[in-house]
Amino acid sequence: MIESLKIFYTTTGRKLLMALTGLFLVTFLVEHLYGNLLLYKMDGGKAFEEYSEFMAGNLLIRTVEYILFSAIILHAIDGLLITLANRKARPVSYEMNRQTRNSTWFSRNMGLTGAVILFFLVVHLRNFFFVFRFGQIEGTMSQYIAKSFQIPWYSSLYVFSMVLLGMHLNHGFQSAFQTIGLNNKKYKVTLKYLGTFIALFFMIGFASFPIVFYFDICGVASNILGQ
Amino acid sequence: MKINLKVWRQKNSSDKGGIKSYVVNDVNPDMSFLEMFDVLNEQLVHEGEEPIAFDHDCREGICGMCSMYINGRAHGPMHGTTTCQLYMRHFKDGETIVVEPWRAKAFPVLRDLVVDRTAFDKIISAGGFISVNTGQAIDANAIAVSKANAEEAMDAAACIGCGACVAACKNASAMLFTSAKVSQLALLPQGDPERKVRVLKMVEAHDEAGFGSCTNTGACEAECPKEISISHIARLNREFALASLEN
Amino acid sequence: MSTLNSKIPSGSLPEKWTHYKELVKLVNPANKRKLDVIVIGTGLAGGAAAASLAELGYKVKAFCFQDSPRRAHSIAAQGGINAAKNYKNDGDSVFRLFYDTIKGGDFRAREGNVHRLAEVSVNIIDQCVAQGVPFAREYGGLLDNRSFGGAQVSRTFYARGQTGQQLLLGAYQALERQVGLGTVQMYSRHEMVELVIVDGKARGIIARDLVTGELTKHFGHAVLLASGGYGNVFYLSTNAMGSNVTAAWKAHKKGAYFGNPCYTQIHPTCIPVTGEYQSKLTLMSESLRNDGRVWVPKTKEDAQAIREGKKTAVDIKEDDRDYYLERKYPSYGNLCPRDIASRAAKEACDDGRGIVPSGLGVFLDFADAIKRLGVDVVKARYGELFPMYQNITNDDPLKTPMKIYPAVHYTMGGLWVDYELMTTVPGLYCLGEANFSDHGANRLGASALMQGLADGYFVIPYTLGNYLSSEIFTKPIPTDHPAFVEAEKSARDRMNQFLNVKGKTSVEEFHKRLGKIMWEYCGMARTAEGLKKARTLIQQLRENFWKDVRVLGEINSFNSDLDKAGRVADFIELAELMVIDALNRNESCGGHFRSEYQDAGEAKRDDENYRYAAAWEFTGVGADPVLHKEQLEFDSVELQVRSYK
Ligand SMILES: Cc1cc2nc3c(=O)[nH]c(=O)nc-3n(C[C@H](O)[C@H](O)[C@H](O)COP(=O)(O)OP(=O)(O)OC[C@H]3O[C@@H](n4cnc5c(N)ncnc54)[C@H](O)[C@@H]3O)c2cc1C
Ligand code: HEM
Ligand code: HEM
Ligand code: SF4
Ligand code: F3S
Ligand code: FES
Repeated sequence: MIESLKIFYTTTGRKLLMALTGLFLVTFLVEHLYGNLLLYKMDGGKAFEEYSEFMAGNLLIRTVEYILFSAIILHAIDGLLITLANRKARPVSYEMNRQTRNSTWFSRNMGLTGAVILFFLVVHLRNFFFVFRFGQIEGTMSQYIAKSFQIPWYSSLYVFSMVLLGMHLNHGFQSAFQTIGLNNKKYKVTLKYLGTFIALFFMIGFASFPIVFYFDICGVASNILGQ
Repeated sequence: MKINLKVWRQKNSSDKGGIKSYVVNDVNPDMSFLEMFDVLNEQLVHEGEEPIAFDHDCREGICGMCSMYINGRAHGPMHGTTTCQLYMRHFKDGETIVVEPWRAKAFPVLRDLVVDRTAFDKIISAGGFISVNTGQAIDANAIAVSKANAEEAMDAAACIGCGACVAACKNASAMLFTSAKVSQLALLPQGDPERKVRVLKMVEAHDEAGFGSCTNTGACEAECPKEISISHIARLNREFALASLEN
Repeated sequence: MSTLNSKIPSGSLPEKWTHYKELVKLVNPANKRKLDVIVIGTGLAGGAAAASLAELGYKVKAFCFQDSPRRAHSIAAQGGINAAKNYKNDGDSVFRLFYDTIKGGDFRAREGNVHRLAEVSVNIIDQCVAQGVPFAREYGGLLDNRSFGGAQVSRTFYARGQTGQQLLLGAYQALERQVGLGTVQMYSRHEMVELVIVDGKARGIIARDLVTGELTKHFGHAVLLASGGYGNVFYLSTNAMGSNVTAAWKAHKKGAYFGNPCYTQIHPTCIPVTGEYQSKLTLMSESLRNDGRVWVPKTKEDAQAIREGKKTAVDIKEDDRDYYLERKYPSYGNLCPRDIASRAAKEACDDGRGIVPSGLGVFLDFADAIKRLGVDVVKARYGELFPMYQNITNDDPLKTPMKIYPAVHYTMGGLWVDYELMTTVPGLYCLGEANFSDHGANRLGASALMQGLADGYFVIPYTLGNYLSSEIFTKPIPTDHPAFVEAEKSARDRMNQFLNVKGKTSVEEFHKRLGKIMWEYCGMARTAEGLKKARTLIQQLRENFWKDVRVLGEINSFNSDLDKAGRVADFIELAELMVIDALNRNESCGGHFRSEYQDAGEAKRDDENYRYAAAWEFTGVGADPVLHKEQLEFDSVELQVRSYK
C-alpha cells in the first residue's frame, strides 16, 4: 500500500491523482446540477427541498460527501504543488515567448482558473453549505438561495467563477483522459469536443442560477420567494 | 535582406548573460538560419568579437543538435522543422529576430545558445532500451510485428532528442521525449518483458533531472520538429498507471 | 619498403572467420574487469563496440564530441543497411553479397575481410531487431527489403528514410544501458586531441573537454578509433559539420599508417550548391534513383535557356532530353553505382548541359513514375525526402524535376588495419568509416552501416581479446607518466599556437579555401598535373594558415573556433597526403578517377601495377611519406573489368 502510494511522488503519479480527483468532481457536478435544476420546477422550491433533505439524511450520501471534500482538498493541494513545481522547472524565463502559437490559454492557466474556483468554493460553501448545515436561516433553503442571488456582487462572483470553471473544464476534461491514458489519435478529437461541450454545459447550467434569479427571468425567483 | 538579431550571450554557466543586438546585411533568402549565423560569426571574428556559440552538426534535421528559441518559438516559426532546416525566406527584410537558448532547469546553459542536454541521456540510460546483449538475438523474422504497430513505433522512434518539447513546454516537461521511447518499445513485442520497469524507471529519471510535469498543454507536439504526437504521452501514462497498480 | 602483415587467417574463404573465432585467445571474465578500453566515437562502429565490449565485462571509456552519443554522424544515413538474409528468396547469399562488395569496390579490398562482413551481416539484422529497431515491415509482419544502388537483389533493410538514425539509436540505447550499469564511462563533448603511446603500444589519449577547455588524460589497455570519415576535407560534403579526421590523423602522426587516402566517394544525388554561404550539401537518398530518371537537355542551347530561366524542364520535349545513364548503361540505367553516376553527371555538365545557374546540376525526374504509379504511391515511397527537398529549395519535386549534382559523401580511405582491425600501432584499433575498410575503391549503397555495425558488434569483441589476453598483467599506467605529460603538453602547445598567430583570416575561410583546392584538383576527375599543382597550393595554404589564422577566445573555455582550428589544421595536412596518394595511383578505380587512365570515359584499372592497398607512413609535416604496399590476392573471385553496361 505504502509502496503504491509512492507513485504520487512522481510527476506522472501526481497528475494521475489530479485526473482521478478531477473526474470525480465532474461526476459530482452532474449530481449537483441536477439537484439545483429542481429550483426551476416552479413549485415554490418543493422538489428542491425534498431532494436536499433526502441528500442530507442519506448516510451513504453523507459518506460520499467526505470523499468529495477530500477530493477537493487533494485536487487543490496537488494542483498547487504541481503548479509550483512546474514553475521551478524553468528558473530563467524567455525574453520572448509566443506560447499562443502552440497551446491554448485554458491549458496554460489551469492553476489560475483552479485557484479562482477554489476561492469560489470557499465563499460558496461558507454561504450555502455551512449555513444550512450548522447555522440558522430564515425560510427555506431555496428562498435563501433566491435571496442571495439578489445581491449584485454575489451573483457576479458566481457568474465569473462559472466562466472560469468552464475554462478549467474545457481543458481539464480531455486532459484527464490523456492523463489516465485513455486517449489516442482516434479518441483525441472526440474527447476535445466532448470536453468543450461539457465545459459549456456546466458553465451555462450553473451560471444560469445567479442570472435567472437576479433578473427574475420567467418569474423563477418570485415563484420561490412566493411573491 | 537585412536582419536585426537579438541574441542571448553568456560566457559560461555561471555568467549572468544578456541579450545583445547584431545586424546582418546581405542575407540571402535561400540561406538556412544557421548559415546566417555562420555569416554573422565570420563578421564577428573579423571585428575581433568572439563568435556566438551554438550547437549544430548534421544540418539535415536529423541529429537533433541544433536548438534555438527563435522569436519565442522552439526551432522558429515553421511547423515540423529544426533550426538547421529553417530558411531565411520565411522572414521579412528588416525583421528583428530574438534568439535564445532552450530554457529549463534540467538544461543549464553552457555558453551563449548552447545548453547541456545530458539529462536526456540519463532518461534513456534508466530504461530506454531492450536488454539484449550482442549475439543473443534470435532470427529477425522469428518475431512478427503487425505493420500498424511497427509504423506507430517508428513514428515514436523518429524523435531526434533535440529538446524542443522541453523548451516549448510551459512546465519544461520532457514527457514527449520520454513517452516517445516508452511508446516505441511498448508497441514492439521485443520490448514487452521490460515494459513495466522501463516506464517506472524512466519517469523517475525524468523527475530526478528536474523536468516539470505534463499538464497536457500540447505545446510540445506543436513545436516538435518530428511531429511526435502526444498520444504517446497518453500511452506512457497508461503504461505507468498499469505498472504502478501491479506492484 | 616493408610488407604489411594483414594477418588473414588460413583456410578457405568461407572458413576463415569461423576458424579464427575458434582459435582466438580469450580473456576470462575476472580479468576483463581489470582491462580498460578507450573507444573514440559513438557512431555505429564506436557505439556498437563500446556497448558490446562492456557487455563482455571490459571497463570502457567512450568519447564523442557531440553533446550526446546519439548524435554521431551515422544518424544521417537515410537509405538502408544490407544483409545477406535472402528473405526475398531472390537468390541472395553470403557469397553474392561478398562478391557484389568486392566488385563494387573495383577489386581493391581484401577478400577475407569482405567475406567476414557478408557473413556477419545476417547477425546484425537479428541484433538490431532484438534491440527494437523499427525496420519497415510487410503486412504479414515480417521484414521488408528494397533494392539499392548497384545490387540486383533486394537485400536492403530500412526504417523509412531514417535507417541510420534507428540503427544508431539501437546502439546508443545498448550503450546507455551499459552506462546505467556503470560499465561504460561516457565522455560526451570531449574531443580526442592526442594519442598516447607507451613502449610502442597505444595506452591512452588526451581529450579536450569542450565545455571547460580542460585537457584530460585517459589510460586504456587498448584504444579504439571509430571516429568516422574525413569527407569534410572538401569543406562542402554531405558529412555533418563536426566530422573530422583529427583522431585518425593524430594516430597517423604517431605511427599508424594511413590507407588509400585518395579513395573518395562522390554521391550522385545531392542538392546542388547555390551560393558561397553554403555550409554543407544535402544528400537526397540514392533510393530516389529507383523511380527517378536522370536527364539533361540534348542541346547546350536548351540547357542555357533553362539556366537563364527562359525555359523550364517541361518545355523540353521528350526527344530533346538525354537520359544519359539509361543511354550509356542500358542494363543498370539509373541504378548504376555511385561513382559512375557521378562522373556521368560531371561529364554532362562539363559539356555545357547543366541546368542550374552555376551550370552544375542535372534533373532527376519523377514524372514517369508518377504516371506509372500515381502521385500517392510516389509520395508514400519517398515520404520525408520530397518535403525536405522542397523545404530547402522551394521547389516541389512532384511538379518539377529535382535538381541534383554529385557531392563528396564518403571516404573509403582511412587508417590501415589488419584482419583484426588493428592499425600498425599495437593496441590501436580502427573501426567503421575511419579505417581503410572493406569497400576497396568504392563503397556500395547501404554497406557502410553494415560495416560499422559488423566491426563494432561482431568483429572487435573477438579480435580485441586476442590482443588483450596478453595484457592482463599490465597495470593501469598512471596518467602522470611522462608519455601522458608530454602528449598533453604538445596538445596544449598546438592550441596556444593557434591563439597566438593572431592573424586576419578566419578558420572557416581557410577551410573553404582548402575545400576549393581539393574539389578542383582531387575531386571527381584527377590529373597528374592538377594533383601536383594541388600539392603546392596546399603547402602554401598551410604556411599561410600558420601565419594568418585568427582564433579568438581562450583555451580554458568553451571555444568552438579553437576546436575547429585544430580540425582544419589536420585537414590541411591530410589533404596533402590525399593528393600524394592520388598522384601515386596511376590508374582509375572506383572513387579515384584519373583522367589519363580511361577507356572512352570508363575507368581503366591497372591490376598489374596497382593491385595493392597503399599504406602511408608519416615522416613529418610537408615531408614525403613512405609508401607501404599491401598486395591484394584474389583467390575466390576473378578480376574483371567492372561493367554496368
Ligand atoms: C548523408 C549520408 C547518408 C548516408 N546513408 C547511408 C546509407 O543509407 N547506408 C549506408 O550504409 N551508409 C550510409 N552513409 C554512410 C554511413 O552513414 C557512415 O559511413 C557511417 O555511419 C559511419 O559510421 P562511423 O561509426 O564509422 O562514424 P560516425 O557515425 O561518423 O561517428 C563518428 C564518431 O566519432 C566521434 N569523433 C570524431 N572525431 C572525434 C574526436 N576527435 N574525438 C572524439 N570523438 C570523435 C564523433 O563524435 C562520433 O561519435 C551515409 C552517410 C551520409 C553522410
Ligand atoms: C479547488 C480548486 C481547484 C484547483 C486549484 C484546481 C487546479 C487544477 C490544476 C492545477 C490542474 C492540473 C492542470 C492540468 O492538468 O492541465 C487541474 C486539473 C483538473 N481539474 Fe482542477 N482545480 C480545482 C478545481 C476543480 C474542480 C472543481 C473541478 C471539477 C469540477 C476540476 C476538474 C479538473 C479536471 C477534470 C482536471 C484535469 C486533470 C488532468 O489534467 O489530468 N478542478 N485542476
Ligand atoms: C451556481 C450555482 C450553484 C448553486 C445554486 C449551488 C447551490 C448549492 C447549495 C444550495 C448547496 C448546499 C447543499 C446542501 O447543503 O445540501 C451547495 C453545496 C455545495 N456546492 Fe454548490 N451550488 C452551485 C454551484 C456549485 C459549483 C459550480 C460547485 C463546484 C465547483 C459547487 C460545489 C458545491 C459543494 C462542494 C457543496 C457541498 C457539498 C454538498 O452539499 O453536496 N456548487 N451548493
Ligand atoms: S519529442 Fe520532438 S521535440 Fe522532443 S526531443 Fe524528440 S524530436 Fe525533439
Ligand atoms: S507541452 Fe508540456 S504540458 Fe505536456 S503536452 Fe507537452 S509536455
Ligand atoms: S543540426 Fe542536426 S538537426 Fe539541426
